[in-house]
Amino acid sequence: MVYIGISFGNTTSSIAAPSKDGSIEVIANPDGERAIPSALAYIGDDEYHGGQALAHLIRNPQNTIINFRDFLGESYEKVDPTLTEKSAKAQDLNGSVGFEVSIGEDKEALKLTAQEITVRHLKNLKAAAEDYLGKSVEGTVIAIPTNFTDAQKKELNSAASEAGLKVVQFISEPSAALLAHTSVDDKLITDKTYVVADFGGVRSDAAVISVRGGILTVLATAHDYELGGDKLDDALSEYIAKEFEKKYKVDPRKTARSLAKLKDAAILARKTLSNVSTATISIESLAEGIDFHSSINRLRYELTARNVLNQMTDFVEAVVKKANLDVLDIDEVLLVGGVSNTPKLASNIEAVFPESTAVIAPSTDSKATYPEELVARGASIQASLLENFDDEEIAESQSPVIINTQHLTKAIGLVGAEGEFITVLKQESTYPIRKTLTLNSPKGDVLLTIVEGEATVKETTLEPEAPEDDDEYSDEEPEVIKEKLYIPGKKLAELAVRDVTTDTLDVVFNITKEGTLSVSAREPRQGSVPFKGEVSHD
Amino acid sequence: MSLPSLPANFGAENFKASAKYSAPVRRPVEPVGRYFLAHASRALRGHTWSEYEKIEAEKNVATVDETDEDADLGDEEQSEELLSHDPRDWKTADLYAVLGISHLRYRATEDQIRRAHRKSVLKHHPDKKGEKQLGQDGFFKIIQKAYEVLMDPTKRQQFDSVDEGAEVAPPAPKTSYDFFEAWGPFFEAEARFSKKQPVPQLGGLDATKPEVENFYNFWYKFDSWRTFEFLDEDVPDDSSNRDHKRYVERKNVAARKKAKTEDNRRLLELVERAFKEDPRMKLFKEAEKKEKERIKWEREAGARAEAEAKAKKEAEEAAAKKAAEEAAASAKAEAKKSKEAAKSAKKKNKRAIRNAAKDNDYFGDAAKAEAIDADINLLIESFDDLVLQDVASKLNGADATTAKSTLEAVAKELTASGKIPASILTYFV
Repeated sequence: MVYIGISFGNTTSSIAAPSKDGSIEVIANPDGERAIPSALAYIGDDEYHGGQALAHLIRNPQNTIINFRDFLGESYEKVDPTLTEKSAKAQDLNGSVGFEVSIGEDKEALKLTAQEITVRHLKNLKAAAEDYLGKSVEGTVIAIPTNFTDAQKKELNSAASEAGLKVVQFISEPSAALLAHTSVDDKLITDKTYVVADFGGVRSDAAVISVRGGILTVLATAHDYELGGDKLDDALSEYIAKEFEKKYKVDPRKTARSLAKLKDAAILARKTLSNVSTATISIESLAEGIDFHSSINRLRYELTARNVLNQMTDFVEAVVKKANLDVLDIDEVLLVGGVSNTPKLASNIEAVFPESTAVIAPSTDSKATYPEELVARGASIQASLLENFDDEEIAESQSPVIINTQHLTKAIGLVGAEGEFITVLKQESTYPIRKTLTLNSPKGDVLLTIVEGEATVKETTLEPEAPEDDDEYSDEEPEVIKEKLYIPGKKLAELAVRDVTTDTLDVVFNITKEGTLSVSAREPRQGSVPFKGEVSHD
Repeated sequence: MSLPSLPANFGAENFKASAKYSAPVRRPVEPVGRYFLAHASRALRGHTWSEYEKIEAEKNVATVDETDEDADLGDEEQSEELLSHDPRDWKTADLYAVLGISHLRYRATEDQIRRAHRKSVLKHHPDKKGEKQLGQDGFFKIIQKAYEVLMDPTKRQQFDSVDEGAEVAPPAPKTSYDFFEAWGPFFEAEARFSKKQPVPQLGGLDATKPEVENFYNFWYKFDSWRTFEFLDEDVPDDSSNRDHKRYVERKNVAARKKAKTEDNRRLLELVERAFKEDPRMKLFKEAEKKEKERIKWEREAGARAEAEAKAKKEAEEAAAKKAAEEAAASAKAEAKKSKEAAKSAKKKNKRAIRNAAKDNDYFGDAAKAEAIDADINLLIESFDDLVLQDVASKLNGADATTAKSTLEAVAKELTASGKIPASILTYFV
C-alpha cells in the first residue's frame, strides 16, 4: 500500500512519495518535470498532459485547457472566465464549468467539465507516480487552498476516486508547506509563529500559522486572485514587446500567437533570472516574421516587475495585520510557490520584517527546500503518517471534538531570578498540553511565581557607524531595532519548592482538556517528591 | 535561566493561587503532523500523557520482540558435495543452500538470513568439528561468504540474478503439456526480476481479455533489474599489470552487456512463445469473430429486410404479370373460340338461309332458281350478324310462303335502308 502526496494547483501540480530510505521524494513525470503543469491539450485522438500540453498554448490554444482547478464544484456565474482567455474558454455546461475541445474535424467536439478534466489530470499524475515507484498507488493526501468549499472538496474527492485514488485526507496548502519545511531537523518542536505565503501562477494565498507544541493553528488567511506569477510574466512580456516595437516599429501584441510567444519567452526569462543575473530572450518570428534577440539583466527585470513585487510584499504584510499581530510577532516567513524563487521578492519581504524574522526562500537560505515542492512534500509526509491508521481513525481524528481546541490568549510563564519573564507556554498554545523544562535553581528553598506574560516592544537605537571620511555627508539615520519582549504580568500563583539539593529543577506545566493548569516541580533525581499546585481559567 | 530563592516571609504553605489565567479562545487546529496525530489518538482513547507514553513505549518493544515462527530455519542438511566445495570457488556454490534456506531463496527476508546464518555457524564452526587439522574449515568460509553476499542488498541482487536454484525452466517446445501448469510457475519465477511490483500473473482459462492483454503487455515491456556482475571474471588487483587489469575489466563489462541482451532476448522469445501458445488467445479470437459476425448480422438486419421485401415485391409483381398474361391468353383463346363459334354459326345461318329457298323448292319458281340463289347470296352478304340470326331463325322450318315473304321483307328493308341497291336484285323486289 502506497499513499502519495499531491499538490494540485491551478498552474502546476506535484506528486511526492516516501523513498526507500524514508525521505520524501518529489516525483518527476516521464518528461522529467517535478512541477507538472496542470494542463491538458487535445489534437485529434491524442491527449497531451503537463509540459507537452502547455507547449500547445502557442499553436493550438483553443484545444488546450489550463487553470481549471478553481472551477471545480463552482457554477459558471461564480468563476472568473478571464483566466482561460488565452486557452480553451471556460463555458457553462449544465450549471458547472466546462470546456469544449475539438478532437478531429469530422468528430463531435469533446465537452469536458472541470471535474472530468481533473479526473484525467489526476490519472496522469497517478500513472507518473506508479511508473516511478513501480508499485500501485492506492491513496493520496491532496493539498487544497484554505478557502476550498465543501462542495469543491466533494467534487475533488469524487474526481480522485474516479481516477482510482482514495483521498485519505485533504490538508490545507499552507499547513502542508509548513509541515514540509519543519520536517527538516524536526523544527516543529520549537514554538514559532509563521507566515506562509504561497505565490502561485494565477493566485496568491497567505496564512499566519502558529506552531505550539507541534500543533498548527491557522490564525488568519488571505487570498488574492489577481496576484501571481502571471502578473510578473505580463509585466515582462510588456517590456519585451516595447523593446521589439522600438527596434522594428512593429507591434507584436496584435495577434494571439505573438502574445503567446511573448509570454512563453517571459516565463523562461523570469525563471532564468531567479538563478543568474542575466537572461537572453530569443523569440523566433515574433511578429511579421521578424525574430527577436535580446538580453535582460536582473535589475531591469526587478524594475519592470516592481509594482507586482510590491503588491506581493503588501499582501504578506496585510495578512499579519489581519491576524491582529505585529511583524515583530512573526518568527519565520515561508515562501511557497514557483514565484518565490525570485530573489527580489524575498529581499523585499525581508525588508518589511525585523531582522529577527527569518525569510525562507532559495535566495536567502541556500538549504531551503524548493518552494514549488513544499506543498507536495508536506502532503506526502502527512500521507506517510496516516499509513499506520485505519480510515475510521482518520475520520474520527478530524471530528470537531478533536480539532476545535482551546488556545491561550496570554503567554504563561515564571518569574526568573532577575525578575524577567521565563516563557513556558506561549500565547496561542493549544491545550491539552504538557511542557517540561529544566531551570537552574539555588540550593535550599526556591520560589516559582507563575505569571501571565505582557508583551512590550523594546527599542534599541543603534548609532550609525562614524563615517570614515568626515568630509562626506552621511545621511544614515540612527537605526532603531525593535524587539518584542515579555515582562511578568498578572500573577497567577506562587509555588514554594523546599530543601532543594540539586542545581536544577524539572518544572512541568500541564493544562488538561478541561483547562486546569497544574504546575509541578521536582529535583531531577530518583525518588524525589514533586511540589505542585493547580490554577484554572476565567 | 535560573529561579529565585524563596523569600523568608513566604509562610508555611507550599502553594498559593492568587488569580485565574485569562479566558482561552476556541479555534480549530490543523489536522496535520505527527504531534496532531498523537493529540488525536490521546483524545480519542481518553489517554493521559503518561498513559500514552507508556503505550507508545510498549509498541516499540513489541516491534523488537522476535517471533518464534519458522524456528527450523537453516536446519536443511547440506549435500556432501556442497560440504566439500572448494572455498576458493565459493561463487559457484549455491549460497542459499549453504545457509540452509534453499526453500526460501529470493523470498528470504534479511532477518531470516541472519537467523539461518547464526544456526549454520553454530553447526559448522571449525571448533565444533572434531577435526583439528588445518584446512578443514572450507565450508565455514563459504558460509561467511554467503552471509556477506546475501546481507548486502546490491550483492544479493547480483547473486539472485544468476541463482540457478530459483530458475524455473519453461516447457520444452514440441512436447505436450498443460499450458497453465507449465507456464504459470515460469512467469511466477521470472517476476522476481521485475522493477515494477506487483507483477500480473498468468491466471487461468477463465481470465478476462483485459487481464490477459494486461499480462502480455506487461511482459512484452518487462523492465528487469537482472544483472550479471556475479559472473565476472575476477579482476587481478595487483598493480603489476595495469593493461591486463583493464583488459579484464573491459571484458567483464562486455560480457555483462552481452548476457543482459541475451537475457532480455530470451525472455522476449519465451513471452512470444507463450503468447502464441496461449489457448485463451484462440478463445478470444473465436469469441471476437463470433461477436463480429453477430454485429455484422445485426448491422445488416435492415438491409436484409429491405432485400427480402424487394424480392417479395418482385415475386408478387412477376406473379401478377404472369396471371395477367395468362388471363390475356385465355381471353384471346376464348375470343378466338367465340369468334370461330360465331363464324360457324354465321356459316350455319347463311347455309340455312341459302337452303331455305332450295328446301321450299324455290317457292315454286324452280325456273328462277338461279336468280333466287343469286339474290339470296347478295342478301346474305349484306346482312349484319343480328339480321342474319333473325332471318335464319325465321326461316328455320318455315313453309315456302313464310320463307318467301320473310326474304322479301328483308330485301325490302335492305333496299329501303340503301344497303343494297334495288337494281341488282332480280327476284326479291
